[in-house]
Amino acid sequence: MSTATTHGHAHDHHDDHHGPAKGLMRWVTTTNHKDIGTLYLVFALVMLFVGGAMALIIRLELFQPGLQFVNPDFFNQMTTMHALIMVFGMIMPAFVGFANWMIPMMIGAPDMALPRLNNWSFWILPFASGILVSTLFMDGGGPAGGWTLYPPLVLQTGNAFPFAIFAVHLLGMSSIMGAINIIVTIMNMRAPGMTLLKMPLFVWTWLITAYLLIGAMPVLAGGVTMLLTDQFFGTSFFSAAGGGDPVLFQHIFWFFGHPEVYIIILPAFGIVSQIIPTFSRKPLFGYDSMVYATASIGFLSYIVWAHHMFTVGMPLAGMMFFMLSTMLIAIPTGVKVFNWLSTMWRGSLTFETPMLFAIGFLFLFTIGGFSGLMLAITPADFQYHDTYFVVAHFHYVLVPGALFGALGGAYYWLPKWTGHMYDETLGKVHFWMSAIFVNVTFFPQHFLGLAGMPRRIPDYATQFADWNMVSSIGAFGFGFAQLLFVYVVIKCVRGGKPATAEVWDNPEGLEWTVPSPAPYHTFDEAPVIK
Amino acid sequence: MPHPNPTTPSPAPRRATLASALALPALLLAGLPARADWSLLNMPVGVTPVSREVYDLHMLILWICTIIAVATFGAMAYALVAFRKSKGAVADTNMTHSTAAEIIWTVIPVVILVFMAFQAAPALIRIEDTRNSEMTIKITGYQWKWEYEYLNEGVSLFSSLAADSNAARRKNAGIDPRSVENYLLEVDEPLVVPAGVKIRYLITANDVLHAWWVPDFAVKRDAIPGYVNEGWFQVDEPGIYRGQCAELCGKDHGFMPVVVKVVPKAEFDAWLAARKAPAAVAAAN
Ligand SMILES: [Cu+2]
Repeated sequence: MSTATTHGHAHDHHDDHHGPAKGLMRWVTTTNHKDIGTLYLVFALVMLFVGGAMALIIRLELFQPGLQFVNPDFFNQMTTMHALIMVFGMIMPAFVGFANWMIPMMIGAPDMALPRLNNWSFWILPFASGILVSTLFMDGGGPAGGWTLYPPLVLQTGNAFPFAIFAVHLLGMSSIMGAINIIVTIMNMRAPGMTLLKMPLFVWTWLITAYLLIGAMPVLAGGVTMLLTDQFFGTSFFSAAGGGDPVLFQHIFWFFGHPEVYIIILPAFGIVSQIIPTFSRKPLFGYDSMVYATASIGFLSYIVWAHHMFTVGMPLAGMMFFMLSTMLIAIPTGVKVFNWLSTMWRGSLTFETPMLFAIGFLFLFTIGGFSGLMLAITPADFQYHDTYFVVAHFHYVLVPGALFGALGGAYYWLPKWTGHMYDETLGKVHFWMSAIFVNVTFFPQHFLGLAGMPRRIPDYATQFADWNMVSSIGAFGFGFAQLLFVYVVIKCVRGGKPATAEVWDNPEGLEWTVPSPAPYHTFDEAPVIK
Repeated sequence: MPHPNPTTPSPAPRRATLASALALPALLLAGLPARADWSLLNMPVGVTPVSREVYDLHMLILWICTIIAVATFGAMAYALVAFRKSKGAVADTNMTHSTAAEIIWTVIPVVILVFMAFQAAPALIRIEDTRNSEMTIKITGYQWKWEYEYLNEGVSLFSSLAADSNAARRKNAGIDPRSVENYLLEVDEPLVVPAGVKIRYLITANDVLHAWWVPDFAVKRDAIPGYVNEGWFQVDEPGIYRGQCAELCGKDHGFMPVVVKVVPKAEFDAWLAARKAPAAVAAAN
């Protein structure tokens, strides 16, 4: 892959002239990819705790059978908002933050291609999320029909309904603009010699993610707009009484929703593909096949959507198709896992915090992959569907999958961003607490689902009490472990051992050729790639 | 209908040894080992031909996944131990790709997936085959209860959460759910069906989506307003089987259980006749 000729940093003197503005307006008006990256990452971290608090309300209520803390309707608002916030307000912005910070530095570009659009796509987010959260205080409460927004139930939402739809539209706009920016940047601003197949894998996974976003988000926007017109303008897209079909919405939603799953996980694949080679002191094994596997996952993600709906009463041929196409996803995913394993094979491994998170990802994401394969088997899915088995499955993919990818990436690049080494001991403690508690939280949910506990219920039959208690204990442990992360980040921003330009032991990539912290402007002159 | 497992299934102990092994640390951590019920770790074998078939399919894929997991995680663990820099491991930087390896780890999963597809597809065809049923029941989901109609018999009934569960589930009700028998899994009037008869059900909803689910039957199907779905089950063993609504349907989604009472054919006929009698009298007047 890429190696930069040492172009020196003769342009460092630029920094005096083009340094950031001072005060709050720096952040409001900034068009600098590093500033916007920071905004995205800080915003995502705040939302992690907003969505996490909602998860803890859910786990608190489920700690024991009986209703002790919240009413069922509020419980449903919590499950709905937890998902919407974690998906649209936390994990997607987090990865856009990584993209903003790292893609220009990885391809040797001075900034993102469309800096003003970049500013706008970030600043939509706080307002959209603010509207979403404010629905909790409206007459009738927030949306409580699940993040899947299935009609007719979602049409029973009170005053919050149009606001929630508007918030989803804004969040989608922000994502689409971010995706356009990333595609344009990667396609047009690579340094000379940085051919597509020399790009770091993180750039590749984001390129494919950006195309998925452009394909999927407008579909969601269309679906929720049809909900809006059904509610307020007399259409009957999803009402059988007017000649429509409630299941149509599910097809639209999951045509967006399944690519969305890969929108969330592919950037994490990319980050892990950067971390593992560095701490194995070996190039990524099977780079080309990793790129092709990512592309095939992207393609397959568009033809598997109805596996979320095996119980709606599809024709037999439909179920067969979606079962088989879903099973196919195991092949490129397996290729990726085996390539990561082979990267470590005959390497020279060290276990700094980013590597720990990458290894945690490798083990635990794979568990989520296995349960995903089980869910693909349609007859068995009739049992698994809408139970805690599904909840366990997608949380294994999203928490020790996507979130561990993001946390690993944060530790990996924090020294580059701040110029200081983070506290390695605390980082390791954070990893082990996260890895243990994530399993305590979610592994028992497999048992609950198999034993017959449906998802999205505020109270349960007493035989499910023990594992729910274990799961709740794990959830609180996991939540508090993330406070440690905030402490480590703040400590690292404030000071610490100065980081060298390379930070790690001879890592690959252009981002390690610029000083730490990365100057406000990098690669004003394009580096030359051999 | 072929029976993969014709003997009466024993509920416990199940073959979830891997799951148990992984669960153990979690259990110890919570200090709950004495109370753990090991039969609550896995899918029930169930009481219908379909449920046994689904259980076998579930166990097959669980074992396949377990074997792949042991091999993959074993290799990962070996790498983590054997190739540590602290143990003097030197990176082999020439090891960057291998077409042979890529082919191997593409072809082997393909073979496994094809095998699994050949197991699952015929099962799916049998599950979807609702022909040759002897009676039909129409199930309608409401917020938040079920209605059961015995088609062509003129008998129908509503089935809602039992009163004692309903009292105990109120917020801060002051009633210990553990003191309520079959908490949240009991109804005022269960669906009554005959044993040993293939029963086809038609399912729809009156307001929002619901889903009718009895784990022991391995039957789960969405109830969709304006549309009618169908499925079937046949229970040979009389007994009471419990399930719940499985599709989020509003605030009381967690409080609309499904209870099916399976009785011998003669007893069912008597029950049906008794249910018809008052209706006939009412019609005559
Ligand atoms: Cu329901």
